[in-house]
Amino acid sequence: MSEILVLVDHVEGAVRKTTAELLTIARRLGEPAAVFFGSEIDTAREALKHYGAERIYVLDSADLTDHLVAPKAEALAQLVETQQPAAVLISSNAEGKEIAGRLSIKTSSGLITDAVDVQAGDGGVTTTQSVFAGGYTVTSTVTKGTPIVTVKPNAVTPQPTEGAAAEEAVDVEISAAAKTARIVERRQRAATGRPELNEAAIVVSGGRGTGGDFDAVEAFADALGAAVGASRAAVDAGWYPHAYQVGQTGKTVSPQLYVAAGISGAIQHRAGMQTSKTIVAINKDAESPIFELVDFGVVGDLHRVLKSATEKALARRS
Amino acid sequence: MKIVVCVKYVPDAAAHRKFNADYTVDRVGVDGMLSELDEYAVEEALKIRDADESGEAQVAVLTMGPDIARAAILKSLQMGADSGVHIIDEAIHGSDSVATSLVLAEAVKRQGAEIVLCGMASTDGSMSVIPAMLAERLGMPQVTFASEVTVEGDTVRVRRDGDAATEIIEATTPLVLSVTDQANEPRYPSFKGIMAAKKKPVEELTLADLGIAEGDVGLEASWTRVEAYAERPPRSAGTIVTDEDGAGADQLVEFLAAQKFI
Ligand SMILES: Cc1cc2nc3c(=O)[nH]c(=O)nc-3n(C[C@H](O)[C@H](O)[C@H](O)COP(=O)(O)OP(=O)(O)OC[C@H]3O[C@@H](n4cnc5c(N)ncnc54)[C@H](O)[C@@H]3O)c2cc1C
Repeated sequence: MSEILVLVDHVEGAVRKTTAELLTIARRLGEPAAVFFGSEIDTAREALKHYGAERIYVLDSADLTDHLVAPKAEALAQLVETQQPAAVLISSNAEGKEIAGRLSIKTSSGLITDAVDVQAGDGGVTTTQSVFAGGYTVTSTVTKGTPIVTVKPNAVTPQPTEGAAAEEAVDVEISAAAKTARIVERRQRAATGRPELNEAAIVVSGGRGTGGDFDAVEAFADALGAAVGASRAAVDAGWYPHAYQVGQTGKTVSPQLYVAAGISGAIQHRAGMQTSKTIVAINKDAESPIFELVDFGVVGDLHRVLKSATEKALARRS
Repeated sequence: MKIVVCVKYVPDAAAHRKFNADYTVDRVGVDGMLSELDEYAVEEALKIRDADESGEAQVAVLTMGPDIARAAILKSLQMGADSGVHIIDEAIHGSDSVATSLVLAEAVKRQGAEIVLCGMASTDGSMSVIPAMLAERLGMPQVTFASEVTVEGDTVRVRRDGDAATEIIEATTPLVLSVTDQANEPRYPSFKGIMAAKKKPVEELTLADLGIAEGDVGLEASWTRVEAYAERPPRSAGTIVTDEDGAGADQLVEFLAAQKFI
């Protein structure tokens, strides 16, 4: 069976849930082989094995981590050349898509970004994408080269299964040309103790309607074990950090439950949350377009409703 | 210094966007506009030009697409760009990102540029891969998703707010730069800008002018194929309650508990 290369997304060796999802998808298509960039494989090994990696290619070089995107694409292209995989799967985030774009050109291979599903099919894969702010679904295949697919978070539920996890250190030669954009400083984002926004099963977001007070939103999120998100209006007002913005120019989320509090539901916001399984909104304006999307809506003041709902939710849990 | 901004003409997100019979995006039958995210790229280019001490910096905007795509150039010129280049050729129809990056890269080479500027994504395809592909094809450094840009001589320094970390990235020109909607506040065209734009030069080029074979672009040359598309069924109407006497919270919690979220 052919290998499916899965680029591991990790933070200092902590493997992200999206990688477990990619390994789960890779098993449908062939033999999952994880590609690990960095020096923290000791932290990552167990998780990769646990989600079925038959092989792990370890590329440990400062050239890969001290420069933006280009060296990673070059290293992957060399692996594609030597291993001849049946497909390459990468997480659909900004860096993942850029690596995929460069890899596509380097290997003359078809590229599909933002897949929400990947199945075995013609030419290796058949992908499903959700386009135009979730208004359409599109199925596609790759007709040239090695299919390169970036996959959105929550495309599948990760299925554990032990893989052989045979490890192989790979030396790569990174050209001087790929090392021209230097990362001169890196500040890790402080942990909030809440789930990652784009991986969370539940997201509670606040908008302009919060009036700048996110306490009720955060308390309700914590009662549900949810991540907190924000609309651009709330971010632009300086009420919540940009890293938590949901929408076209922020994060795309696809949780089991999305709660929009004081958010009107503009098309750019929808683009980031429309594929959520269940949608709930609290908005004081009964005419607000957000109510066109919801499974359940409350017309009312968000502070009042969320505060009371938080108490009731906590009471039920105990 | 020459700055080339790659801009895209896209269907208005507020309109009903749709596909053609050949599965390409309908750009003619739907109201279109300069992609809003490219306005940030144009604005950044104007800022860099205006801060340039030589006073000789120039901003050219580049687009490819059908006749009406010229509107994207016009809007950029109204904002203050100096000239436009419109690559217009029947054979381009249906080009994917790979082919698009090929055409744009050849056009950039023809223009010559110290800085190639792009938006962070298009508002229709929203793949966010063209800047990286351009850097790959042009052999230039890639500094993308910049939320803050400083230019000093030939050094460009940007802040990139990544998924897990904020990074400061540095490179020297010539390079490819893309900016997010955090980078600046795009200006509205002034009346003077609108009048002046009418006299600014716009060059039209074909694939032949760029030395690109027709077979290398367009729908047939695409390395992926759309097999089918379906309009998402409208969400079935949900239950809406009005919060009276605090009953809204009770009903909300009931709903969430029934769905096993609590
Ligand atoms: C290029 C571009 C990219 C964009 N990207 C994004 C993006 O990524 N994400 C994003 O979110 N937006 C994005 N936007 C902005 C988007 O168009 C909207 O402006 C934004 O989503 C509005 O945020 P909002 O819903 O919080 O505010 P508003 O539209 O002002 O809505 C506030 C809502 O709160 C309700 N409200 C007020 N007070 C209360 C109360 N006490 N209790 C309950 N409800 C209350 C009001 O009825 C109203 O419906 C983008 C725009 C552009 C042009």
